[in-house]
Amino acid sequence: MNYVLPLIPALPLVAFVVTLFLGKWWLKDSAHWIPIVAMAASFVLSVAAFLAIRGEEHAIVVELWRWIPVGDFQVPIAFQLDQLSAVMLLVVTGVGTLIFIYSKGYMHHDPGYYRFFAYLSLFAFSMLMLVLGSNYLLLYLGWELVGLCSYYLIGFYYHKPSAASAGKKAFLTNRVGDFGFGIGVMLIFVTFGTLDYIEVFEKVEHHVASEGVLLAIGLLLFLGAMGKSAQFPLHVWLPDAMEGPTPVSALIHAATMVTAGVYMVARSSVIFASAPTAMLVVGAVGAFTAIFAASIGLAQNDIKRVMAYSTVSQLGYMFMALGIGAWVAAIFHLVTHAFFKALLFLGSGSVIHSLSGEQDMRKMGGLAKKIPFTYWTLMAGALALSGIVPFAGFWSKDEILGMNFKGGGYVIWAVGLIAAFITAFYTFRLIFMTFWGESRMDPEVEKHVHESPWSMVVPLMVLGVLSVFGGFLGFPPENGVFHKFLEPVFHQANEILHVEHHYFGMLDFVLMVVSVVVALSGVFFAYLFYVKRPDELPQKAGAVSQPLYKAILNKWYIDEFYNATIIRLTVDGSRWLWRVVDAGVIDGAVNGVGRLWDIAGRVVSPFQTGRVQNYAVVMFIGLFVIVTAVIVF
Amino acid sequence: MAIPIEWYLVLSAFLFVIGAAGVLMRRNLFIVLFSIELMMNAVNINLVGFSRLHENLIGQNFVLFTMTVAAAEAAIGLAIVTALYRNRRTLMVDMFDVMKG
Repeated sequence: MNYVLPLIPALPLVAFVVTLFLGKWWLKDSAHWIPIVAMAASFVLSVAAFLAIRGEEHAIVVELWRWIPVGDFQVPIAFQLDQLSAVMLLVVTGVGTLIFIYSKGYMHHDPGYYRFFAYLSLFAFSMLMLVLGSNYLLLYLGWELVGLCSYYLIGFYYHKPSAASAGKKAFLTNRVGDFGFGIGVMLIFVTFGTLDYIEVFEKVEHHVASEGVLLAIGLLLFLGAMGKSAQFPLHVWLPDAMEGPTPVSALIHAATMVTAGVYMVARSSVIFASAPTAMLVVGAVGAFTAIFAASIGLAQNDIKRVMAYSTVSQLGYMFMALGIGAWVAAIFHLVTHAFFKALLFLGSGSVIHSLSGEQDMRKMGGLAKKIPFTYWTLMAGALALSGIVPFAGFWSKDEILGMNFKGGGYVIWAVGLIAAFITAFYTFRLIFMTFWGESRMDPEVEKHVHESPWSMVVPLMVLGVLSVFGGFLGFPPENGVFHKFLEPVFHQANEILHVEHHYFGMLDFVLMVVSVVVALSGVFFAYLFYVKRPDELPQKAGAVSQPLYKAILNKWYIDEFYNATIIRLTVDGSRWLWRVVDAGVIDGAVNGVGRLWDIAGRVVSPFQTGRVQNYAVVMFIGLFVIVTAVIVF
Repeated sequence: MAIPIEWYLVLSAFLFVIGAAGVLMRRNLFIVLFSIELMMNAVNINLVGFSRLHENLIGQNFVLFTMTVAAAEAAIGLAIVTALYRNRRTLMVDMFDVMKG
C-alpha cells in the first residue's frame, strides 16, 4: 500500500502536467490518451486498495513527508485509506474513467481539446487528494483545488460571457462556504491541537471539547459543505455551473465534487454525532433543499438545468441521511447517485450532441426511435432517480426515508416523500418531453439527428448497468454488503449515538411500499400531463396556480433576492469605498501632498526673478549680516 | 618709513565698495564686468598690503595668480558679452531674466 496509495492521485497529476505542456503543440487531437490511461490505472490501483482494506478494522495511513512542521503545528502529507476513502476512490476513478472516455467523443471537435483533458486530470488529482488526505488541512487543500478546477471548467468556454460569469458565481458562492470551513479547521486545531482525523476523533470521544465547541465546529464545517454541495441558501451556483461542457457537469457537478460536502460530514461523523444540534441543522437544511430544489426542477425547460436542480435536491437527501445519523445510507446514496446522475448527465449530453447543441426540451420530442441507446440508458437513469423498484436510486433513497421515519424525524420523512414525488414527476417530464410524443424540433436540426459515437455510448451503457443493479449493493436495506463494508468507519459515531443493530421488519416493508407508490404516482402524473394531454394539462395547472408557478419558474426569486440584497449591498458598498474612501480620502491625501508643494512653489517662485543683480544684492546683504554678526559677537 | 597698513585697507575698502555698488546698481553689462575687476583689484591691494606687513611674499605670489586668472576671466567675460549682444541686441542686465521662476 505504501506505493499504491500515493500513485492513485499522482497518476492524474502526471497526466495533467504532460497534457498541459505537450498538448498544444504535440498531442493535439490525441490528448485524451494519457489522461484516460492514467485514470484507468488509478481505477485499477483503487480496486487494489479496496481489496486491501476490505474487512480491516483500522485505517491504513501512509505518510510521505512533513508538509508544515511549525512547533506544535505538524501537518504531514499523508494518505489515509479506510473503507470510506476506498468507496470514494472507486467512485471518483470509476465514474471518472467512464466520463474521460465519454469526453473523447463529446469534445472531439473542440478547439480546447487538450486544455479540457488537462483540467479534467487536474480535477481528478485534486478530488483524489481530497478523499485520501489524512487530516483536515489536506482535505481543505483538495477542497480548494477542486473548487479551482470547477471554476476553470465551468468557464471552459471563456469567450461566452454567461459561462465566464457562471464560473465566477460558483467561485464566489463557494468562498462563502469555504470561509466557514477554514475557520472550522482552525477551531479544530485550537481545540484539539491536531488536525489528524484519527487523533481528533479520539479526542472527541474522550470529551476533550465541550458540546458547544463541537457544535460550533460542526456548523462551520457544514457551512463549507453547504457551499460545495450546493445546499440552500448557497445552492445558486450549481444550476449556473451547467454552462460548462456536459462531461464536466456529470463528473464535477453531479458525481464527485459536489458530494465532497457529504464526504466531509460523513468523515467528521464523530464530531457531528457528539453535537446533536449540528446534526439537526444538517438534516433540516438537507430536507428543505431536497424539496426546494425539486420544486424548481418542475418548471425548468433546459434539460441540463432540470438535472442540476435534481442534483441539488438529491444532495439534500444525502444530508437528510447524515442528519439522522444514517451515515452509510448517505454514502450509499452518494454512490448510486454518482451512477445514475452521471448517466443522466451524459445521456442529456448525448441528446444535446445529437441535436447539434439544442438544450431546450420544448424543442425536442419523439427522439426515442432515433437515438435508441441514449433513450434506453437514460430511461434506466430516470427510473433509478425516481426511486422505482428495483433500480439503484430506490434502495438508497428508501433507506434514507426509512431511517428518518424510524429515527423519529417524521417531518423530514414527509418532506422527503413529497420531494420524491416531485422528483419522479420532473424526471419523467424530462423523459416524456424529450423522447416521447411528437417531434417539436427545428426541421434543420431534425435532419442531422444521429446516435452518438461509441466512445459516448459505451460509458452510458456501463453506467446504465450500474444504475440498474447498483442498488443491490445495499440489499437487504441497512444490512447489505455495502453496510458491512463501511461498518468500521462509522463504528465510533454509531457508538456515540447508541445505534442498535436493526433487522428488516414489517415497518420497513410498509415504508418501502409507500415510497414506491409515491414514486409511481409521480411517474403517472407526468404521463398524464406530458403524454396523454400535453396541450392542455400543463397550461391548466400553470394557470390554476399562477403565482406559485411563476415563483418556481423564477427559481423562487433567490437570485433576484441576492441581487437586491447582498450583491447590491456589496456593489454599493464598493462604490462608496471607491468614490468616498478611495477617490476622496486616499487620492485626496496624495493629491493634497502634491498640491501643498505646488502652492509652496507658487509662493516662493517670485523670489527667483532671473535677474542676477537681485541675487547679488541678497548675497551682499547676507554676507553683511554674517560678517557683522561675526565681528559683533 | 613704511606706509601703515590702514591706508592700504581704507583704499581697498573704498575700491571694493565702489565695485560692489557698480555690480549691484549699474545696468550695463560692461560696467558690471569692470566693477567686478575693481572689486578683485581691491582684494589684490589688500593682499599686497598684508604681504608687506608680514614681510613675506605669499600675498604677492597670490596676487600674481589672481591677475593671471583675472586676465583669462576678462577674456572669456568679454567673449560672452559679445555673444550675448549679438543675440539680444542689448547689454542691459535687467533684460536678461529668462531664468525667472
